[in-house]
Amino acid sequence: MEKESTTILPQASIEGKVPVIEIKGLFKTFGENNHVLKGVSLSLNKGEDLVILGRSGSGKSITIKCIVGLVLPDKGEIKVFSQNVLDLATHQLNEVRIRIGFLFQNSALYDSMTVKQNLAFTLKRHASNLTYQEVEKQIEEVLASVGLAEAINKMPSELSGGMRKRIALARTLILKPEIILYDEPTTGLDTITSREISELILEIKKKNKTSSIIITHDMACAKLTADRIMILKDGVIHAEGSYQELEASEDQWVRSFFL
Amino acid sequence: MTVYLKNIFNDVGNVTLFATKFFKEVFSPPYEFKEFMKQCYIIGYKSIPLVAITGFIMGLVLTLQSRPTLAKFGAESWLPGMVALSLIREIAPVITALICAGKISSGIGAELGSMKVTEQIDAMEVAAINPFKYLVVTRILATTLMVPILVIFADGIGMFGGYIGINMHGDVSFFRYISKVFDSLAFVDIIPATIKTFFFGFFIGMIGCYKGFNAENGTASVGQAANSAVVTASLTIFIIDMLAVQLTDLLF
Repeated sequence: MEKESTTILPQASIEGKVPVIEIKGLFKTFGENNHVLKGVSLSLNKGEDLVILGRSGSGKSITIKCIVGLVLPDKGEIKVFSQNVLDLATHQLNEVRIRIGFLFQNSALYDSMTVKQNLAFTLKRHASNLTYQEVEKQIEEVLASVGLAEAINKMPSELSGGMRKRIALARTLILKPEIILYDEPTTGLDTITSREISELILEIKKKNKTSSIIITHDMACAKLTADRIMILKDGVIHAEGSYQELEASEDQWVRSFFL
Repeated sequence: MTVYLKNIFNDVGNVTLFATKFFKEVFSPPYEFKEFMKQCYIIGYKSIPLVAITGFIMGLVLTLQSRPTLAKFGAESWLPGMVALSLIREIAPVITALICAGKISSGIGAELGSMKVTEQIDAMEVAAINPFKYLVVTRILATTLMVPILVIFADGIGMFGGYIGINMHGDVSFFRYISKVFDSLAFVDIIPATIKTFFFGFFIGMIGCYKGFNAENGTASVGQAANSAVVTASLTIFIIDMLAVQLTDLLF
């Protein structure tokens, strides 16, 4: 049995806030010996942006994939909106999934569909009562909100990396999620585009009052967006705090992220 | 050897589970009718030129190759009937199915494999859209329906090829040729041969979907999924054909 994390720094969560995601003692092993998660526990409060840092392979992406049921943990508890997602039937899990947006690292746009079809495909399945005009209007609005109204008829292959991220974000936003999980939203983008995406994340939070978990290696993004930061090391939460607290940490390994 | 056998049984078990899931999903709403029609168009309509060329050549070559042997016995008049029987009972279904395995199964394997690797399937799942129903059920249904239609089309084109082949060395009117063909055919020749094509279609779609849907992460796996889909589907077609022939012999 793996030992649970014991090195959590002082709790910096926003007191008095309602947790929308609570994870307790999450374990996941791939194969026989690849122990990726060794007892991760965390919570995300309503209206909060939580950034998770960590080296590649430390289990960050697996943690958020467990939240939406893409990966099944071996052990642990994941509560989203107070429902343990591991106990839910598929249709119940889908109801939770509609309330969670997920931005994939490589955008994961449906490459056989245009931008408009990418958005309509998701929207029509969950709002079948909408008229054609209402679908069109919502698509135009959400594209305008990510600043890419002109890309409506383009194919994903015609878009740059930054544009693809924005369209993927628009596809996520079209279902008006209450929580958004960002898997390395700025990876592979230049500094300016990365900053634009980070600012967009902030803007979305303010405008839509969403709660977010942002997985990133981009410290500029973390500084701009984080209300709270958690650092994963070897499958456990090694440190937790605000950007400033962790930047001033005495732990050499934690400080190495901020150099 | 033990590991090899274990992998084979493992694969057979997983394919069976995959097929079970298909039968569970196919009858439960929502029905992806639009995507099904799109797949019918891609799988059926877009395969017509390839099937037509192959069917024509099959009929023509079969006629030209059979003619000298039948001529030795003075049985050239049996040529239309023999070509029609060979085409309808065996050659057109198997060759068309093999072509479909190469074109359709590999295409499905590569498409779904690439969607898996680029997390598009995961994106559907987190958006609460059932990717199995949207991607797998529609494709398997489309191949199950389209392959028999393509085979019937290949039968017709093949017989036209036979007619051209016969007229290269003789002079037989089209109506005479057709009446000879129909004289030699019975329902027993057509029905079992058509029924087995539904199984060909089902397995072509299912193996392509299974290989693509279970592609490991990494771009190399997309090629592997496509390649493996063709090999497995082709082998499966021969196995089904062998079983179908045995069963037909037993029943008719």
